Amino acid sequence: MEDELVLLDFWPSPFGMRVRIALAEKGIKYEAREEELFEQKSPLLLQMNPVHKKIPVLIHNGKPVCESLNIVQYIDQVWNHKSPLLPSDPYQRSQARFWADYVDNKLFMALRKTMRWKDGEEQEAGKKELIESLKVLEGELGDKLYFNGESFGFVDLALVPLASWFYSLETRTGFSIEGECPKIISWTKRCMEKESVAKSLPDPRKVYDYLLERKKKYGF
Amino acid sequence: MADEVILLGFFPSMFSMRPRVALAEKGIHYEYKEEDLGNKSPLLLQMNPIHKKIPVLIHNGKPICESLIIVEYIDEVWHDKAPLLPSDPYQRAQARFWADYVDNKFFGSTWKVWTTKGEEQEAGKKEFIEVLKVLEGELGDKPYFGGQSFGFVDVSLITFSSWFHVYETFGNLSIEKECPKLMAWVKRCKEKESVSKSLADENK
Repeated sequence: MEDELVLLDFWPSPFGMRVRIALAEKGIKYEAREEELFEQKSPLLLQMNPVHKKIPVLIHNGKPVCESLNIVQYIDQVWNHKSPLLPSDPYQRSQARFWADYVDNKLFMALRKTMRWKDGEEQEAGKKELIESLKVLEGELGDKLYFNGESFGFVDLALVPLASWFYSLETRTGFSIEGECPKIISWTKRCMEKESVAKSLPDPRKVYDYLLERKKKYGF
Repeated sequence: MADEVILLGFFPSMFSMRPRVALAEKGIHYEYKEEDLGNKSPLLLQMNPIHKKIPVLIHNGKPICESLIIVEYIDEVWHDKAPLLPSDPYQRAQARFWADYVDNKFFGSTWKVWTTKGEEQEAGKKEFIEVLKVLEGELGDKPYFGGQSFGFVDVSLITFSSWFHVYETFGNLSIEKECPKLMAWVKRCKEKESVSKSLADENK
């Protein structure tokens, strides 16, 4: 029996992008359904993720899996014959999870503060934290090709969607990511050479237009 | 060669208690080092330079940080006894989802209950109870969140029970009254030696 896979997604969401990349890495076919997050969430989303009502949600043969990194780990376990995303060694796995958690908590927290439209202390603090976090990540990357070593993996996947938001960040804050963290930019370019990444990330300028429109419509 | 396992912890921290429960479940011998968070040890700063937080598990000199990541690591390395995560990928995904809910939604809801007053506290209390009820709903009629046996979600949540007395006293509420099934689950977990010897005394 063939697998039925549906992904409830929202095109500018970095969390949605993670799942798209994982599915593409594994060469898995699925049906993508775009959610109107600020207009009206679909009955399917509300039914499949009643606790958080958020995307992404992967529905595999009718059963929902929620939270992006959780979904990626699930995909990695079920379709384990190709392109492993997590290392097989338990210690390396724990390190990969640690850094993905760092991206989710430290980096995204700073991103949210930075992307506030209101200028002020919070935004300035956010900017500082964002640059610091990116530098810590740059330190962790070191001279490796990818965070995962020789091949693209879990931490790379957790972080690279942010690249589609770099243009918006730089335009909003005036700082240059290349200037502050050149290794992160060269790593981004390396990732974008992979088809799975290039086809999963939206055009950065479209993301910026979306954010401007969202500000006009909803004020944030 | 015997494993060298060290846990850097802080007795009242519910996060610190989680690896203790997991290590006890697996019957692993380890050295526990209590940290003075006002004066962090050089070992802690060396082993967790990024967050400088406990708990940190040091296995043969290599550090693992973040309580749930530590618990998963313990489960993977010492996989021959008392499995905490299910082997089925879908069930594992559900377990991780609920552990994440405890870490984010539930933990987030506890702050206002005991650190604020007035309207803010009332709103906090309401959210706290709502979240507890969601968890109680997820438990349903199962003996544990893990089903018939104690598992990952049970480990993630049970350590908060040491703080129930704090929430009830400061928040002027009764968890037993609001969520009797959850309190029954707490009692059931505490019957397990791995839990009772790892949890901090509520009154302390």
